[in-house]
Amino acid sequence: MSTKTITIREALREAIFEEMERDPTVFLFGEEVGEYNGAYKISEGLLDQFGPRRVIDTPISESGFTGLAVGAAMVGLRPIVEFMSFNFSLVAMDQIVSNASKMHYMSGGMFNVPMVMRGCNGSAAQVSSQHSHCMESIFSYIPGLHVISPSSAKDHKGLLKSAIRDDNPVIFLENELLYSLPGEVPSDEFTIPIGVAEIKKEGTDVTVIAHSRMVEFVKVALPALSEMGIDIELLDPRTLKPLDIETIVRSVKKTNRVVIVEEGWRFCGIGSEIADQIYSACFDYLDSPVVRVTSTENPMPYAKNLEVATLPSPEKIIEAIKSVTYRN
Amino acid sequence: MAENSSKAPKTSKPKTVKPVQTKPKRNRQSKTTIPAKTTKTSQLSKQLQQTLDELGKEVSIEMMRMMLLIRRFEERTTEMYQQRKIGGFCHLYIGEEAIAVGTAWAKKPDDYLVTSYRDHGFALALGMSPNECMAEMFGKVTGCARGKGGSMHFFSKEKNFLGGHGIVGGQIPVGTGAGFRAKYLGTDQVSLVFFGEGAISQGSFHESVNLASIWNLPCLYIIENNRYGMGTDVSRVVSIEELHKRATAFSIEGLAMDGMDVFECYRVMKDQIEKCRKTSRPALIEAKTYRFRGHSVSDPGKYRSKIELQAYKDADPINRTRKTLTEVGWLNDEDFKKIDKEVKAIVIQSIKFSDESPEPSLEELTQHVYS
Repeated sequence: MSTKTITIREALREAIFEEMERDPTVFLFGEEVGEYNGAYKISEGLLDQFGPRRVIDTPISESGFTGLAVGAAMVGLRPIVEFMSFNFSLVAMDQIVSNASKMHYMSGGMFNVPMVMRGCNGSAAQVSSQHSHCMESIFSYIPGLHVISPSSAKDHKGLLKSAIRDDNPVIFLENELLYSLPGEVPSDEFTIPIGVAEIKKEGTDVTVIAHSRMVEFVKVALPALSEMGIDIELLDPRTLKPLDIETIVRSVKKTNRVVIVEEGWRFCGIGSEIADQIYSACFDYLDSPVVRVTSTENPMPYAKNLEVATLPSPEKIIEAIKSVTYRN
Repeated sequence: MAENSSKAPKTSKPKTVKPVQTKPKRNRQSKTTIPAKTTKTSQLSKQLQQTLDELGKEVSIEMMRMMLLIRRFEERTTEMYQQRKIGGFCHLYIGEEAIAVGTAWAKKPDDYLVTSYRDHGFALALGMSPNECMAEMFGKVTGCARGKGGSMHFFSKEKNFLGGHGIVGGQIPVGTGAGFRAKYLGTDQVSLVFFGEGAISQGSFHESVNLASIWNLPCLYIIENNRYGMGTDVSRVVSIEELHKRATAFSIEGLAMDGMDVFECYRVMKDQIEKCRKTSRPALIEAKTYRFRGHSVSDPGKYRSKIELQAYKDADPINRTRKTLTEVGWLNDEDFKKIDKEVKAIVIQSIKFSDESPEPSLEELTQHVYS
């Protein structure tokens, strides 16, 4: 199979382009997606290709346009809502939680809401307290939503295409600092199924579970770990809900040790849920308690040194891995 | 119990109460607003006559029959709630029936409609069966939402009824989305978005109407102004007296109608729906109405004076319709009693149906979380 190298930004754009070509009910809207070509240039050129009927600039009305998308999806369209960043999805929370996620159930299965809400999640570079939210655990808590948070160009493209085709509301969490990361993707059309994890690197000693930008952090730690003679297995869930616990358990049964890395806060983080499921499914296989690497419990500070101290880092990940292998 | 339906005035001259035609009078002593009584002008009579000519005898009686069905259905709903066959929150539409019925007869079957949790009247007026509605409130699998929605969440795909919604104002963007769909696909459907006056203080209202205006979406926004957001008088929480004047802020037409006159509701909604279908311009319509019961079944409504409540009950939309139809010689007491008996039997049947229906199976618990 032939491949090409593109950035995550291009992978997202290709996914949107291909799905809009394929299905006339798919349209993109959000703040600055059209004439400005996207705040992060994901939608660059799409207005020229599809015109203002399908690439729509909205006012700064997250609640209004997200709810509008819910209604449009209920009656047969497939909206892609771009949040300039997921920090602003908080303004639309009632529409996401009370409407998008509940409609299918509370109508007894009569209506469904095939829509994608996508945009960047997590911290960027010194954007401080209100622009650095990690939303995965908040959305994963809600029955009725799918939550996807990929790390590679291939996964971004394949999963976004699946998200657009899915009949449920899907939260698609990207990361600003990953947009320019290149990666190999198949040249031909492809999709990646929702709810399937991927082993990014096979190993025997420790299962390290990480998603989104944290996968890159773990990769940075690899040479140092190799020097220490620790061979980790890097597992990216890719989809956080539904969680592919089978793949996780299979890996844990092999390595017997687990480190979970996430950018979000520790308390009620996505890693809490993953750890709980691991304990329930394969407690007897563990040679050490599960160790989690998370952000510290504070709003994101502006000062560079404090921001770095808040976030997980390759060093913190190495420490955690040493801890589960009793090397420290 | 009927709201004075058996005490319909027997005077030959119609003395219709039109709260919307004049400014509400402030009763200084009781500090409550009561509808001002005005005698119908000849011009209004002409308008009513035109509407009746357009509708004809059978349809006019059908509309009254539907209002009566909604009334009897909800009276029994209260009873069933008291007997604990219905649980949760239960908001009655009693007093406001003219709006749903006037609208249902004015719209085309494939026009969309969405409303708040006060949704029983719309569901029935749109043609959903009393059986599926009552069974929904009984929490039975034969309910319109398989017993998963309850009183506040009736839906019908067949009737393009996008539901009853529980968060004040939360349905306004959803209805706007249905209008967006009509515009996007180039259909000639109109989306009718209903909400109470309490919702106009929500951001979702302002955001939605702005979106509909800038994008020329075929949406009509209808405020059912029953004057109280739960126990709060609208004048305490809204900065303007005439709510439809908010339309100015969105460069759209705003108008008021007497929400207790089914023929006026029909005429205004018909005009506005057809205009919206043609121009794809949204409008804001304020239906001035009143709920005879509390905010929900469990609310005794002590924040309103007896004088005020009685004044509105005197303007009961069903009595008014009965009187009008009697006036024009299309209805007599016998006819009315016969219709009343029929709708009461339908409601009793819906209770029997619901009693006999099975509960949802436990497998239903996790079904329909995802599709």
